[in-house]
Amino acid sequence: MTLNLWLIPVLPAAGAAINGFFGRRFSNKMVSAVALASTAASFAWALLAAIRLLGMPADQLPYIERIGVWLRSGDFVVEYGFYLDHLSMIMMLVVTGVGFLIHVYSVGYMGHEGGYYRFFSYLNLFMFFMLTLVLADNYLLMFVGWEGVGLASYLLIGFFFLRDSAANAGKKAFIANRVGDFGFLIALFLLVKHFGTLQYTDIFHKVAEFSPGIESGAGLLTAIALLMLVGATGKSAQIPLYVWLPDAMEGPTPVSALIHAATMVTAGVYMIARSNAIFSRSTTALAVVAIIGCLTSFFAATIGITQTDIKRVLAYSTVSQLGYMFLACGVAAYSAGIFHLMTHAFFKALLFLGAGSVIHAVGGEQDMRKMGGLKKYAPYTFWTMLIATCAIAGIPGLSGFFSKDEILWQAFSSPHGHWAFWLLGITTAFMTSFYMFRLLFMTFFNEYRGPVAAQHTSHEAQPHAATASAEHAGHTHAVPPQAPPTNAHDHGGHGEPHESPWAMVVPLVLLAVLSVIGGYVGVPKALHGGNHIEHFLAPVMPAITAEAAGTAHGGAHPEQEQSQAAEDSSLELTLTGVSVAVAFAGLGLAWLFYVKRRDLPAKIADSLGGLYTAVLNKYYVDEIYGAAIIGPLIAFSTRVLWRGIDATLIDGSVNSGAQGVRELGDSLRHQQSGNIRSYAGWVTAGAALVILYMVWMGTR
Amino acid sequence: MVPISYYLVLSAILFACGVAGFLIKRNIITIFMSIELMLNAVNLTFVTFAAQWQALSGYIFVFFVMVVAAAEAAVGFAIIIAVFRTRETLNVDRVNLLKL
Repeated sequence: MTLNLWLIPVLPAAGAAINGFFGRRFSNKMVSAVALASTAASFAWALLAAIRLLGMPADQLPYIERIGVWLRSGDFVVEYGFYLDHLSMIMMLVVTGVGFLIHVYSVGYMGHEGGYYRFFSYLNLFMFFMLTLVLADNYLLMFVGWEGVGLASYLLIGFFFLRDSAANAGKKAFIANRVGDFGFLIALFLLVKHFGTLQYTDIFHKVAEFSPGIESGAGLLTAIALLMLVGATGKSAQIPLYVWLPDAMEGPTPVSALIHAATMVTAGVYMIARSNAIFSRSTTALAVVAIIGCLTSFFAATIGITQTDIKRVLAYSTVSQLGYMFLACGVAAYSAGIFHLMTHAFFKALLFLGAGSVIHAVGGEQDMRKMGGLKKYAPYTFWTMLIATCAIAGIPGLSGFFSKDEILWQAFSSPHGHWAFWLLGITTAFMTSFYMFRLLFMTFFNEYRGPVAAQHTSHEAQPHAATASAEHAGHTHAVPPQAPPTNAHDHGGHGEPHESPWAMVVPLVLLAVLSVIGGYVGVPKALHGGNHIEHFLAPVMPAITAEAAGTAHGGAHPEQEQSQAAEDSSLELTLTGVSVAVAFAGLGLAWLFYVKRRDLPAKIADSLGGLYTAVLNKYYVDEIYGAAIIGPLIAFSTRVLWRGIDATLIDGSVNSGAQGVRELGDSLRHQQSGNIRSYAGWVTAGAALVILYMVWMGTR
Repeated sequence: MVPISYYLVLSAILFACGVAGFLIKRNIITIFMSIELMLNAVNLTFVTFAAQWQALSGYIFVFFVMVVAAAEAAVGFAIIIAVFRTRETLNVDRVNLLKL
């Protein structure tokens, strides 16, 4: 039985090609039809494949579809094939499903930007590479997808390429990712060198058989895992390479939602979960993953508190949530990480799309201080955003609550866990709740603080036949002509904030539904749930469950195990209680600061002084990187590589070589005098030399 | 019998005189004569070796050289006369119209 998995990435690729090559001549409707049809078909096929996969007997898993041999060099073979198991199935459905909704949203959001076809072509291209990454059956093909999504990300961040900051942000993202990719590549080389293959099945098999007793061998797996982690920190925006993600918000908002929140940035988490066979064998690597995840989530959350740009808050929140996923992977609770990845994809995509809708509503403003009171102008956006905020904050009953709680519990109880991880995690959860409700309150509550019926030129005055100048203008795009669902009066200028068109609202609602129900696949046992997702992923990650059980309850008798389980359960309930309390505390504090006593935040900021300034300026990390790495690198490149090696050594040697030949020729020129007797003299001299040589040879 | 080396040394001396005359002299007729001297030095070598090896081809070659030299002299003097008529000099250094 063949699932024809190749269709899933190829369909968006076809869409990208059609729009990319012919889109210029298409109408906007045609472009969106091509893009949506290819993505929808891909989603439908993925759904079909998932259903058929679930019907397969367990011994047939993972399902591998071989298309052909890609590389062959001696014994080393890389195949071109697709690999579907429960892990890639979840990823595939998230990517195609959320991706499709964001495509629908983009039709409304990008309606009046220039380069409409270009946008959708890039978006489809991203889908192709992401699906290649997720469905690859070997690391090399995964790396192709890995680089490809980086390319798509670069293209889309710099989509408004006439704006300097956008072009720079694109470059920054690409370069930061390159640093990570370098680590990943070295890890692949090590795999090839020591295991002679890059096929998942072979590698996991060989790693499992790999003797752990040999010191160098254990070091090898640690090295591979840590290098892979370097790659993951680049792609998934973790310390120390997270700096690109906040800047990536220069891209159009649907891009932020799709690439920089829901899918691409989770590639690192996916990669770690996929390589769990390697990571689980190295305690050191796991500890590093957990520490990086934990610190990233904590610091990003503190920065998130102080930001005022609505998209930047969400960007730091994304970094923070990715930190949670890394923490989960670091305590060997990969399924918890994937669970959070999935729920995060729903609610963070929703938050970004909601933020896009808000930005749309207020005519391109991104500063939350100039928003407010939007509840009555954009009710759909408000309610869906409320759901997403509750979900990410960990309000019980919503998806984020279950997944985040699972991670916190695992961080505490897993054999690789530690109470310090839990403590940092719970503090982060509090901050998450606080800054998310801060965003919500600043945006939707109180009174509207933006300019009303001022400064926004009407879109009649500035025709919305999207030209390059509209593209240049970025988010200050013209208002779409469709009558918004709630207030049909808005036709003239950008007087009052208004609700977005249907194409944007429907995905919001669908994602809101997913954000609510997404968590119920993983209700923990302590809450009388089945924790389906853990069992679901168990075939992919057999070692962890077995190992975790083995270490946690090592050698215990069945009855002891039961009492242990009961204890665990009550402890888990207690910890859950704490996280719920923390979530509500964050909500309450945000309410106090941003609705009741709005003078308080400024006072507190003043009293904190330097600390507040440091956090507001993102701990000056960009400046530190600039001074410590980028500055010296530029100085070195300028002084040594350019002026020293290029200008002096290379150019110098070539130029002085030419100069020398010129001078030699200049002096030899005089020998050609036209005087027959001097020529004859040379001939004679030459003949004399030949004779001398012959005589010398003869006498030897 | 005179040793062969005497002939060869004499030939070398004659040839060297020819070379020296060619290099030093400016009069085109003297140069011409120097060339003839060199040719005849070579002729001497030819007959020397022909006598040594009892090889007839050596003698025949000498006749060839003489014929060519005669032809050369005819053409050469014609040129020299033409040069003298136009330039009114026999100094080669002053026959330099083609020089930059």
